[in-house]
Amino acid sequence: MGITLAYLGAIVVLPLAALAIRPWELGLSGVWQELTAPRVAAALKLSFGLSAIAALVNAPLGLLLAWTLTRYEFPGRRILDALVDLPFALPTAVAGIALTAIYAPNGPLGAVFAKFGLKTAYSPLGIFIALIFIGLPFVVRAIQPVLQDVDAEVEEAATTLGANALQRAVFVVLPAIAPSLISGVSLAFARAVGEYGSVVFIAGNMPMKTEIAPLLIVIKLEQYDYAGAAAVGLAMVAISFGALVVINAVQIHLAGRGRR
Amino acid sequence: MSGQRTSSIRLPGLSILLVLASALVMGMLVLLPLFEVFRGAFEKGIGPYLAAVREPDALSAIRLTLLVAAIAVPLNAAFGVAAAWCIAKFEFRGKSALLTMIDLPFSMSPVVSGLVWVLLFGAQGWFGTWLIDHDVKIIFATTGLVLATILVTFPFVARELIPLMQDQGADEESAALTLGASGFTTFFRITLPNIRWALLYGVLLCNARAMGEFGAVSVVSGHIRGLTTTLPLHVEVLYNDYDFVGAFATASLLASLGLITLVLKTGLEWRHAGELSANRRH
Repeated sequence: MGITLAYLGAIVVLPLAALAIRPWELGLSGVWQELTAPRVAAALKLSFGLSAIAALVNAPLGLLLAWTLTRYEFPGRRILDALVDLPFALPTAVAGIALTAIYAPNGPLGAVFAKFGLKTAYSPLGIFIALIFIGLPFVVRAIQPVLQDVDAEVEEAATTLGANALQRAVFVVLPAIAPSLISGVSLAFARAVGEYGSVVFIAGNMPMKTEIAPLLIVIKLEQYDYAGAAAVGLAMVAISFGALVVINAVQIHLAGRGRR
Repeated sequence: MSGQRTSSIRLPGLSILLVLASALVMGMLVLLPLFEVFRGAFEKGIGPYLAAVREPDALSAIRLTLLVAAIAVPLNAAFGVAAAWCIAKFEFRGKSALLTMIDLPFSMSPVVSGLVWVLLFGAQGWFGTWLIDHDVKIIFATTGLVLATILVTFPFVARELIPLMQDQGADEESAALTLGASGFTTFFRITLPNIRWALLYGVLLCNARAMGEFGAVSVVSGHIRGLTTTLPLHVEVLYNDYDFVGAFATASLLASLGLITLVLKTGLEWRHAGELSANRRH
């Protein structure tokens, strides 16, 4: 017990204390100035905005995959199921350079997009694709067990009452999995906000345009602006934490309504 | 993923369409990047590939990666067992706070996990001057890489063990203790065998992340070639030097590690599902 706490203190609590205290040597107005500086504000907006969109797009994608994997029997289902975890298992830097190669203007998919006049790599769209990639498993893995356990009796009751398959899917199954869908999406969001390795290669890293918040921390550290870096880091932690609290509240509300 | 279906809804008319759509999403989004890594690595044939992997900087990156994982993973495994033991077998105040602290590194950006160590031990960090006076180097050295890796992979083992050990309760341990077994014997003959597969599962995930971590180590590394570049950082250095074959060759090593992890993990899920924590039983 004592050892556990000591280790936890040294590895987690002490470093986080540094993160929480360090920015304030700039003073309250200094921190505010730091965070509202155009370049920082743009990076924070880009990171949180794109992460939110990517997490929301992952909801239907994850729903599709989880549904297919739990409801149908087809050759290769187990392999497909195992592959869902690949974005977890693949080191982020590896995913980063691979995605960049694919979506670069001369890459296999980048060239296709380029024909339609869309720039994928080195644009916000590229960052968005990388964020979809790393967020997808969170959504699938959150829904899958619940989708498997949806009570057959309830569905049968709905059938007896004359509901067709689509009606049952939308009105019976969807409400049952909604809380876990939300928690999957919020996990994907939290991961996307902080993601560095798989984004930094494809982003192009142009200040004000495709520069993500984690990269800005790295840049500030390279300039020995410790307090500034800590301010951005603390802001990221605080905003994600706030977002998760809100999402949690929504989830509890939904779960409560489902039970009544 | 055992075969039993409890539900009746399959949307029969759409089935083929949905399966194809899923396969397409996975193919485009997940399989294509994996394929691209190996295509890039062997683009110029096997010779340049081997040359890139055998280059001294690559070899030292491999050694450093193995070293960092060899320190970080056992430490976090030991902590994971200790923490899960405390949480599952005893009642105390502040338990949920402890659980939150353990989970915290999961929700932090890897870059922030690196940043906090720089704030402590960097040249202008809290202990920076003291370290310089005593000629100890933590940031831009192996120690910093290890610390950052430990923080990032901190929750993996504990997270696998806590739900499992909570399910198992403390009955068997109390029985053994009543029968006169020492605490030590009880741990090695009762607790450890009960959790071994879940422990292995956690160590597997912890190790994969430790070897593949990029953001956190990139902050504390300083990118000194051949000295403080782990494999993922070596990939970055080569890529930024436009040595694409070298970068993808190194990346293919890491991708293979990821694939092996995936295979072992899936094997554990199929074979020992009953002995993993409930949310891992597919």
